[in-house]
Amino acid sequence: MLYTRTSLHTPFAIRDKFFDLDFILLFSILLLGIISIFAQFSSSGGEFDYFSKSHALRFCVFFILFLAVSFVNIRIWNDYSLLIFLLLILLLVVVKFFGVQSQGSRRWINLFVFNLQPSELMKVGIILFFSNYYHKISSNDVNKFKYLLYPVVALLIPFMLVLTQPDLGTAILILTSGIVITWLSGVKWRIFAYLSGLFIILAPVAISFLKPYQKIRILTFLNPDLDPLGAGYQIIQSKIAIGSGGLFGKGYLNGSQAYLNFLPEKHTDFIFTLYAEEFGFFGSVFMIFLYFLITYRIIRIGNITRSIFGKLYCYGFATAFFIYVTVNMSMVLGLLPIVGAPLPILSYGGSSMLAMMIGLGIVMSCKVYKNNAIG
Amino acid sequence: MLSFHSSNIISKTKTIGRRMFLLSSFKAAVLLGIFGRLASLQINDSRKYRSLADKNRFRETKIAPPRGTIEDYFGNEIASNNKIYQLHIIPDDAPDIDELFVRLKSIINLSEARLFLLKKQITKKNSWDTTVISDNLTWSEFSRINLFLHELQGVQPIVSVARFYKDNSSAHAVGYVSEVSPRDLRTKKYLKNLNIQGVAIGKTGLESTLDEEMLGTPGYLRYEVNAYGKKIKQVATDFGLKGKKFRTTLDQSIQKVSAEALENVSGAICVMDIYNGDIISMVSSPNFNPNSFVHGVDKNEWKALTDNIDKPMLNKAVSGLYPPGSTIKTLTALSALENDVVNPKLLIECKGYIDLHGERFHCWEKKGHGVLDMKTAIKRSCDIYFYEVARRLGIDRLAETAKKFGLGEKVLTNYAEEKAGTVPNTKWKLSQVGKNWYIGETLHSGIGQGYFLSTPIQLCLMTAQLANGGFKIKPRILVDDNNEANSLQKYLDYRNENLNDPNSIDQQIFNFNLEPLFRNQENINFIKDAMFVASNEPGGTSYGSRHGDKKFMFAGKTGSSQIKKFTQKQREAETKQKDIAYLERDHAWFIAFAPVDDPKYAISVLVEHGGSGSSAAAPIAKKVIKKVIERHEIRTAQVNQQVGQNT
Repeated sequence: MLYTRTSLHTPFAIRDKFFDLDFILLFSILLLGIISIFAQFSSSGGEFDYFSKSHALRFCVFFILFLAVSFVNIRIWNDYSLLIFLLLILLLVVVKFFGVQSQGSRRWINLFVFNLQPSELMKVGIILFFSNYYHKISSNDVNKFKYLLYPVVALLIPFMLVLTQPDLGTAILILTSGIVITWLSGVKWRIFAYLSGLFIILAPVAISFLKPYQKIRILTFLNPDLDPLGAGYQIIQSKIAIGSGGLFGKGYLNGSQAYLNFLPEKHTDFIFTLYAEEFGFFGSVFMIFLYFLITYRIIRIGNITRSIFGKLYCYGFATAFFIYVTVNMSMVLGLLPIVGAPLPILSYGGSSMLAMMIGLGIVMSCKVYKNNAIG
Repeated sequence: MLSFHSSNIISKTKTIGRRMFLLSSFKAAVLLGIFGRLASLQINDSRKYRSLADKNRFRETKIAPPRGTIEDYFGNEIASNNKIYQLHIIPDDAPDIDELFVRLKSIINLSEARLFLLKKQITKKNSWDTTVISDNLTWSEFSRINLFLHELQGVQPIVSVARFYKDNSSAHAVGYVSEVSPRDLRTKKYLKNLNIQGVAIGKTGLESTLDEEMLGTPGYLRYEVNAYGKKIKQVATDFGLKGKKFRTTLDQSIQKVSAEALENVSGAICVMDIYNGDIISMVSSPNFNPNSFVHGVDKNEWKALTDNIDKPMLNKAVSGLYPPGSTIKTLTALSALENDVVNPKLLIECKGYIDLHGERFHCWEKKGHGVLDMKTAIKRSCDIYFYEVARRLGIDRLAETAKKFGLGEKVLTNYAEEKAGTVPNTKWKLSQVGKNWYIGETLHSGIGQGYFLSTPIQLCLMTAQLANGGFKIKPRILVDDNNEANSLQKYLDYRNENLNDPNSIDQQIFNFNLEPLFRNQENINFIKDAMFVASNEPGGTSYGSRHGDKKFMFAGKTGSSQIKKFTQKQREAETKQKDIAYLERDHAWFIAFAPVDDPKYAISVLVEHGGSGSSAAAPIAKKVIKKVIERHEIRTAQVNQQVGQNT
């Protein structure tokens, strides 16, 4: 009886499922979204301009999408993950040839309503695909060469496509997500050690393929005072902004560094800097706590969901989400080079937010359909 | 199959769970790292970053403080600050800079060369920085700019202050200000924080010596800028502190009369209060317009000033060195009397010349003066008489008296350009010239020629110290606020009220802490008397310039200092001064004190290449003395008022 009720998609069933949502996660996301709208408003100099308006609108639309995705049976995501992955590869290929070019890189597809960045969606797509793959294969096969080759190739294709856009930051994040799920699935340490060794050997070769500006960014990270007005400018100004925020911050809409345009990319990669300048140490710690809470809830859902696919997806997504957050924060705090990684939800950027909200929706779907076994 | 499947799931779940736990620990460590970094930036180094953020935010421009003014004795401003009208331009605010310049050219006076320079300046700066188009617009230009302002986007009419001098009479005494030169920046330490556009500093005279105190403390405009340096808003303004005001002892109306009296000649006039040493007037001629320098002097004007043979830029009153000529005869006579070398009744015959030590010495009066006593010799300024007096006196004793009366050393402390002059003696010649003294040189020195060099202010001080009865005074040009009543004045007041004081004069002088320059005051009185007859008895050298009115009557001594020795030929041909080349003519001197029955002021007049003192210098002194005496009551009233205010 219960089975028929859930399988028949009656309105009553949706209402029943509604209470299966993780409300702590849901409200954390909602709160983060509201904070992001305020942050974007401040970033626009206290005006509802194009940036702040479209960010607010996107969050509203994508939040509804997030809820909708939550009620899509987790089995469907499992079943279609390969297709989604292939579709995203196709989009990346389309980008390669027909993409919109901006500031020296080709990352977007013009959809007329907005520019879609498939590499952002690929961040979720790769997790879906890998979770599905390791869900399918037996734990005995995990370390077999045949079963290893397949994911390596599957990972290298999007990695290379994104890297050559060029978009080093997103490419690394995609690569990391794939590796993390592979590792979670029980691939032996030894193999990772071999790969690391190979990486170290190949690194000088890889560096020779880096664009000059990418090399400069890494050098600048190592010593920002090398060229304080040039490449080091962003890191220095970001540190000044965060540091000058002090314990309590300069107050909402009072961040002089952001308001007077000393802060670079304040809508996107450096949005946390603006937030930290205006809300200070306590505000920043609260923000970190919020991200931590979201990550924790995702892992918890992974713990309680029954399917391997669900577990792998949740752990993989939680880790990726955590990495996005920490890479962005480390970047603006001067702990990592500037690689161009947005802060989930808070940063301006439609594709990034779309990917995050769908990704979180799938997590929520794991919660709602936690008892569903996947064949 | 199913069991295998389920066991597979269990082992998978186990692996995943274990590895996820490891990963979570790693995550916690990363989070801790970020937390620590945040704490270090926002708590530990917060102060440092806040100051860096403020450094980013704020820019300051210094504003020049108003310069302290210089007033005359009565509080009239000699050097004041005037409103000036400036035009600034901000290229960023102008839609089309070239068009704007075309438009401006039709409104204000803007030469092609200046325009070219401005455009070059503008291209060097940021487009939002201010460039000064003109720092001294006329009122009509300024009002026209304001009228068309709505069509002139990008220009800013600015009202500022700059130095202004009402007239040229005090150009030398007060000096002038001009733009800071690189050399000034190197040599003047106090300019370190004052290098602001628009600051003018003192270059000569009082403006130069009092510069540091008159400059004031600069203010600032603080404004917020964005990352590109563009001004967003003004945050704070501080206009700074006005520099210190100085009051001088000069009388501006007498300054004007003195300057007018010297209008067509080159020379100097000094007038001094004989009791307190206040310099009432000090002018040098020709003068210049000090206002020309405030915004940088025009090239042609500067060339005209430096090419002028009369050296308008030289303050002749303190820096011009001239042989004192016959004016020194007062001291030659005094020295001889004080040293008991001669008696005033000594008679000497003047035949127009005298042969001594194988050399012929001439009197200016070719015919000779006949037999004269000392008083007549001073009255008629006989050279032969003073050759003999000097011969008997010797140079060293004459030099001692001359130094006592202020020759050979600087009179004031306020002028870097002041010269000390020369009082020669045997020692001096040996060390400076490297030769022994000749007796013939003593004779020349006795009539103020030879090595003697003095400034007009020195001769004025000498005259004042003779006129006041032979007491040392300390001349001053600045009124200091804590000026205690002059002891010499007190002494004289006391003597007038207590005519029958049983104490001896020496005792009285000691009581009043005076510094007498005489051994016997009778000798001083004798010299004063001789000067009186020289001016007021027929046959006296300055009789022609006397004042009939007793109120203005003065006692004086003429002098003329030779530039070039008269040749025998000229002497025989009776060449007149006006017939020789201008630059070879004698300098004319006149020293005097007035009024005769109750002396109050001393004056010295120098006319460069004026010929004789009686014809060139004395008439000028006559005019000035009249004005000085006329102003006496007003000046005393000012003194009393001052005293009244202090008590």
